[in-house]
Amino acid sequence: MPDQVGLELIATALGEEIPGSVLETAFFRAQAGLLIAPETVRQVLAALRQSHGYRSLMSVHGVDYYPHEPRLGVHYELLDMERVDRLTVKLRVPLDQPNIESVTPDWPTANHQEREVFDMFGVHFDGHPDLRRILMPEDYEGHPQRRDFPLGGEPVLFTHNEVGSPGWTR
Amino acid sequence: MEVIREGIGGPQSFRERGLLARDLLRGDLEGLELERLVEQSILTTTLDRAVDWARSNSLFPATFGLACCAIEMMSIVAARVDVARFGFEAFRASPRQADLLILSGRVSIKMAPVVRRIYDQMLEPKWAIAMGACSSSMGVFNNYAIVPADKFMPVDVHVPGCPPRPEALMHGILKLRKMIQDDPDVSWRERYGAVGTEELLPEASPTAENAGA
Amino acid sequence: MDEVSARSEYRKLEESITLSPLEEQVASQRDFSGGTTEVLTLNIGPHHPATHGVLRLLVTLEGEVVRDLRPIIGYVHTGIEKTAEDKAYWKAIPVIERMDYLSYYFNALAFCGAVETLLECEVPKRAQYLRVIHLELNRIMSHLVWLGTSALDLGAMSMFWYCFREREMILDLFEQSSGQRMHTRYFQVGGVIEDIPLGFEAKLREFMAIMPGRVDQYNDLLKRNEILLQRLRGTCPLDEQSLLALGVTGPLLRASGNPWDLRKAAPYSSYEDFSFKIPVGTVGDNYDRYAVRVAEIYESVKIIEQALDGLPEGPFITEDRKIALPPRHELATSMEALIHHFKLVTEGFRVPPGEVYYPIESPRGELGCFVRSDGSAKPARVHMRDPSFVNLQATAAMTRGSYIADLIATLAMLDPILGGIDR
Repeated sequence: MPDQVGLELIATALGEEIPGSVLETAFFRAQAGLLIAPETVRQVLAALRQSHGYRSLMSVHGVDYYPHEPRLGVHYELLDMERVDRLTVKLRVPLDQPNIESVTPDWPTANHQEREVFDMFGVHFDGHPDLRRILMPEDYEGHPQRRDFPLGGEPVLFTHNEVGSPGWTR
Repeated sequence: MEVIREGIGGPQSFRERGLLARDLLRGDLEGLELERLVEQSILTTTLDRAVDWARSNSLFPATFGLACCAIEMMSIVAARVDVARFGFEAFRASPRQADLLILSGRVSIKMAPVVRRIYDQMLEPKWAIAMGACSSSMGVFNNYAIVPADKFMPVDVHVPGCPPRPEALMHGILKLRKMIQDDPDVSWRERYGAVGTEELLPEASPTAENAGA
Repeated sequence: MDEVSARSEYRKLEESITLSPLEEQVASQRDFSGGTTEVLTLNIGPHHPATHGVLRLLVTLEGEVVRDLRPIIGYVHTGIEKTAEDKAYWKAIPVIERMDYLSYYFNALAFCGAVETLLECEVPKRAQYLRVIHLELNRIMSHLVWLGTSALDLGAMSMFWYCFREREMILDLFEQSSGQRMHTRYFQVGGVIEDIPLGFEAKLREFMAIMPGRVDQYNDLLKRNEILLQRLRGTCPLDEQSLLALGVTGPLLRASGNPWDLRKAAPYSSYEDFSFKIPVGTVGDNYDRYAVRVAEIYESVKIIEQALDGLPEGPFITEDRKIALPPRHELATSMEALIHHFKLVTEGFRVPPGEVYYPIESPRGELGCFVRSDGSAKPARVHMRDPSFVNLQATAAMTRGSYIADLIATLAMLDPILGGIDR
């Protein structure tokens, strides 16, 4: 992990290179995080790869910050194998306009992972070569991992409610 | 220890038995001697029971592993809990050759139509074991993504556990074997009035009606 | 009629894969006798003996050569991440364990490690060593199942029985320490649930004495076997740069020459106390992937020996009663212990708000757990970065241009676990 000072230096360098990108830095439990503006994600990741050496994208995952707005978040976990450094790049998009530029053309590993974020949260990645649902059936409606999507499931049958349930044959 | 066999008073030596068999084949044996020989050497039963006995002792399970329970299903094929000693080691890959579907693992909503289709492709008589908590009921995961097997296909034996020990699955299979031996029409067929389940072919397939048109 | 049209709509959606550029390209070529060739799209799975779980592949073939490959997953999607949001941290551990169902200790460690980082909870040294012992046993077990089923795919059927014989010994050890063969919920936040019983050490030493000999037996059967060499040597290689671009980690990356292993690079849970080597391949073909995993079994045995020899005395779970249950004898005498027990069992411990990503090295690659907590007793978001999910993207790159038989061998060497891919 870059330490607190290193993180601030990276944030400043990024802010100079891509103005308006870095919104916040967070150094929590010895892990470095950067909150960036959603429209700059591809440039920020490219700059981090070019100038700061974070050449591996380990994970792209989504978070639902309900009820705080902007609600949907996407996190990019970057790794520098030479210096064993990790950096998390976070961004947040609102529900009514959940569009982010896809980083798949630069980082092929993001292909299935962005599809999963789309499937589970509804974040639309512009420029993704094949944005379809990956885990749920193709014609499923709704984005399951949002916090306001119901958990679902079958009702647990006890003696008081088992009579009359479908499958009750006695 | 001495083993004393109580015969019905019939012949004891090999030679005598051979002579009796020869007479039987020639048609020379009659009356009490014939009855005695038949009682001693021929097993009589109804055809149904014989067929049931044969069916239950040669189940061909289909290789249908979905999730964690599949690993324990593989363990019953392995040497410690050996399913081959009962005659069930011939796991068939094609459902058309199998007659037992062991639903080992959680059935997701994407997989449920596929499972149903494979079950339909199996030929009668066929049985299904829902192995594990996830396929019998929802198991550990009571959520939007899982379907309990009873909702879309008839299941004969449910084996609880998460995952069930190989011995537990063996107990379930042997219980099914007992069920088949005693009466294969027990349980779900009577309750649901089901005759059989055939594969539903897609709408574009030719039938006798539209073949000539 | 409605149902039928709905079904065909669904089919259209499913078949939304365009083949036309590929078809034109292939149709424009002439084969050796002057005729044209066609592409055939074959659907392998989800029910297929060789797909290692319910993986569906749409393979575009020209003759027997694979031209394109699309994996379709989701057939065992269980909604584990959403279910974990509904349960307290303690109760979410069994749910998370069932994700990658061959490496359950690793799933549990990733989650517990993330929660311990959030809580800033210190895990006692003895617990760390016990964790390492069980993790390495799990690694050996996962590689044994991989070896057995892969050899079965390639036709070497007897390997299946030999590998499962050793696996039963390992599961006996797991049953001795935790009571369950699989999904043992042995790892808890702050340590392990119980100390190892008497007789565990003796049985483990017995196992470790014979294990290297058994791996030698497997090598005798397979390593210089002509059929295995023909099927695995030189098939479907992929260079290190493509693998890194695709985010592949674990034995697949090590087979291509990159010695990236989180146990050495960023040690967690006392891995820095042990000396072991990282097996690394050269070419990155299927044979190297096979050889790397078999060599890893030897190294795991070494780690377990060192951990068992150096096992320190001490508590097996953190002493912080706000996180771990107090020992039962205290409940009879201490009021605070009773209150802690009550709070932990009914509500569970609360975790301060924050987000943390905790990566570890599972038998398939980097397994990371992202936990976001909002201050309550239930996690607000749990995401497992599963290595098989990311490694699966490399299948198309590996198998383009090779025969379909090589595709089956590559799938076996890839070691995909669909439970982790679909979660």
